Amino acid sequence: MWNKRKEEEYPPKSAATPPAPANQAKETAPMSTTPAPSHHPSESRGPAIIGKSVMIKGQIFSREDLTIDGEIDGSVELHEHRLTVGPNGKLQAGVKAREVVVLGTIHGNVEAADKIDIRKDARLVGDIKTARIVIEDGAYFKGSIDIARPETGKASGAPSSKPAATSSTTTVNSAAAGTPVSASGD
Amino acid sequence: MPAQPAQLKKSNSAHPPQTRSSHGLEQFFSSIQGQENLSLLDFSGASQANVSFITSLGHKIYSNDVLRTMEEAFGGPGDFVAHQSDPERAARFLHESLDFPDLTFDGALLWDTLQFLAPPLLEEAVDRLHRILRPQSSLLAFFHAEEKTDSAPLYTYRIVESKIMSLTPRGERRPAHYFNNRSLEKLFQKFASVKFFLTRDHLREVIVRR
Repeated sequence: MWNKRKEEEYPPKSAATPPAPANQAKETAPMSTTPAPSHHPSESRGPAIIGKSVMIKGQIFSREDLTIDGEIDGSVELHEHRLTVGPNGKLQAGVKAREVVVLGTIHGNVEAADKIDIRKDARLVGDIKTARIVIEDGAYFKGSIDIARPETGKASGAPSSKPAATSSTTTVNSAAAGTPVSASGD
Repeated sequence: MPAQPAQLKKSNSAHPPQTRSSHGLEQFFSSIQGQENLSLLDFSGASQANVSFITSLGHKIYSNDVLRTMEEAFGGPGDFVAHQSDPERAARFLHESLDFPDLTFDGALLWDTLQFLAPPLLEEAVDRLHRILRPQSSLLAFFHAEEKTDSAPLYTYRIVESKIMSLTPRGERRPAHYFNNRSLEKLFQKFASVKFFLTRDHLREVIVRR
């Protein structure tokens, strides 16, 4: 009788279980230092953001749009997505992305498969390889520009048809720690 | 050489850009007509106009705002021309503006930059241009033709068409040296040929063949 009551007080888990706590580590992804994202497939997510007080030395790989307003020393790769270097952003890095928008500073070579946009007051020193380029008056650029025709038949920047429950990730490889650190985008 | 110190005077923003035709520019683009995938050096600084024009011809462009590089290297307190005799400043300027492997470029648009360099830095710059340009390539340079002048206007040059350019005022500076045809021939003596066009606004356009 005691055991039966106990079972009534603590019924076995059913399919409708409450969501896992935010600090429960996922099986495949390392522990995240940012709050777990809310999984609402219908909501559109903004880009991942590296704030202006953040400094990273190492490699950044991203499978989503990324805005950098901090300092990066290394490399940044977002092959199918857009990189925005904010007005406070300072990159001492090689960059590869589908599209690059520069409002801050980049010292390094840039490969933008689709387009690079250098805004007024931006500063870019390095070689550019891209299909299209926009340079606003007031922008400072020093380097070479090689316009490469985009490959035909290649779907670049096409939206994913997968549900958003599979969160896209921005991976930062820290040269100092030697350990990948993942930060999930919102 | 004039004794007065060279000072950069800021431009009057009320002066709008001018557009005018240029025989030198026309000759420059005629010399590369029919070719593709050339590497061209542009000393006016990156602008949408120049980048679009040159890349639309199928060429690669290397841009640098050399007047700005000069200002950073030789500006500040003291005489702009005298600073060019400082070996460190001169080396920094050459590193920032002309540090390329030999035989890199198929053409160079120098605009009016060379006239603000004084010997021996001027000769060193021309020597480097000779090394980094490929044989048969051309360079275009402008020199103020008035002998007694305290200052020459500075412009940002933008290509409108193959023989038309737009000039946006950006200040004034005294040329470091007065150049006539003879002195220009001597300056470019390592090159194969030098051709001059004198314009109505006292500008000597020079096309030099490597």
